[in-house]
Amino acid sequence: MRITLLPQHKEIDLPGRRRVADVLRQLGMLPGTVMVIRGDELVTEHDFLEAEDTVEIRSVISGGLSVTAPR
Amino acid sequence: MKCIRCRERAEIHLRQHNSAFCRTCYVFYFHRQVERAIHKESMFTPEDEVLVAVSGGKDSLALWDVLVALGYRTVGLHLALGIGEYSATSTEKTEQFARARGLRLITVPLASEGPGLAISTVATSTNRKPCAACGTVKRHYFDGVAAEHGFRVVATGHNLDDEAARLLGNVLRWQTEHLAKQSPVLQPNHAKFARKVKPLFRISEYEAAVYAFVRGIDYIVEECPNSVGATQLVYKDVLNRLEAAMPGTKLTFVQEFLRAGRPAFVTAEAAPPPETCERCGMPSYGAICSFCRLVAEVERKQETRRSAQSG
Repeated sequence: MRITLLPQHKEIDLPGRRRVADVLRQLGMLPGTVMVIRGDELVTEHDFLEAEDTVEIRSVISGGLSVTAPR
Repeated sequence: MKCIRCRERAEIHLRQHNSAFCRTCYVFYFHRQVERAIHKESMFTPEDEVLVAVSGGKDSLALWDVLVALGYRTVGLHLALGIGEYSATSTEKTEQFARARGLRLITVPLASEGPGLAISTVATSTNRKPCAACGTVKRHYFDGVAAEHGFRVVATGHNLDDEAARLLGNVLRWQTEHLAKQSPVLQPNHAKFARKVKPLFRISEYEAAVYAFVRGIDYIVEECPNSVGATQLVYKDVLNRLEAAMPGTKLTFVQEFLRAGRPAFVTAEAAPPPETCERCGMPSYGAICSFCRLVAEVERKQETRRSAQSG
């Protein structure tokens, strides 16, 4: 399967059929910190990805300073 | 995995709620969560016109989308921060969102304000960290634009992860004054200030991103280049590790702080700023407010540079 990581725009190839949870574990990613997108649908960590799938793994973490810190 | 509402295939699994949804039921769930937060915390009513601070990121655009879907009257406020390509793309995404939905958007290009207040310029001119300069500038414009246009409520897209990370930071340093003020609703302590509300404070970053995705919202995926190495990201990482081992930790941390922790830190209502800034006319704790002191530093730096060039 071909995986594109966003926002890094990095591409990774992994062989065979794998469960999403295993892919995330292999890539060192925690559930709930990324969306796994296949085509125009989301897949859960329980779903399987097929060897021929093209997948986007998009980070959901944003950072920076809170703008409503006490004045 | 099946949707807990309709039994169709689930696209979204929320471990902290032990729930799974198809995208149609997820939108229903998300709307209900936000509506409940607005009601429960008495953030605003359909009679209020809400100024929504929108950056072009997933949280603020999801917030604007859900408020419109719930029937609230909103106007967007976007600060074009002047942080290179990142800001240009953020502004483009925000303007596209507003245009496509026929929503009113107020855009403030900081580079054209005063002596030129692009965040990169302010940070360089004042030797401040960009995030610190950005916070001061944002607070000023949120308050100033709300006052100028008569908005009594300003909504921001802070989510559960933002609130949990901030809480962890405040607890680690026992910043009691900050803990007293950490709340999804910050009541104004001066007639010129608006109420600040965070309708997504119980919504995780994952939930907000999923909502933006299933609603087809084109948001900026790239992060602010200045956030690299930000302390808040370290706190978020720690919290995400806890969450992975114990789903629901972040929600419990924030909810229980608000219920059982925060009251212990609230001693009295914060005194209103006693003075009016001589430069901008906004309430201030000194003769010149912190924003105008920042602007004065930028002006001095530019003056010094001009003198050096002409000399």
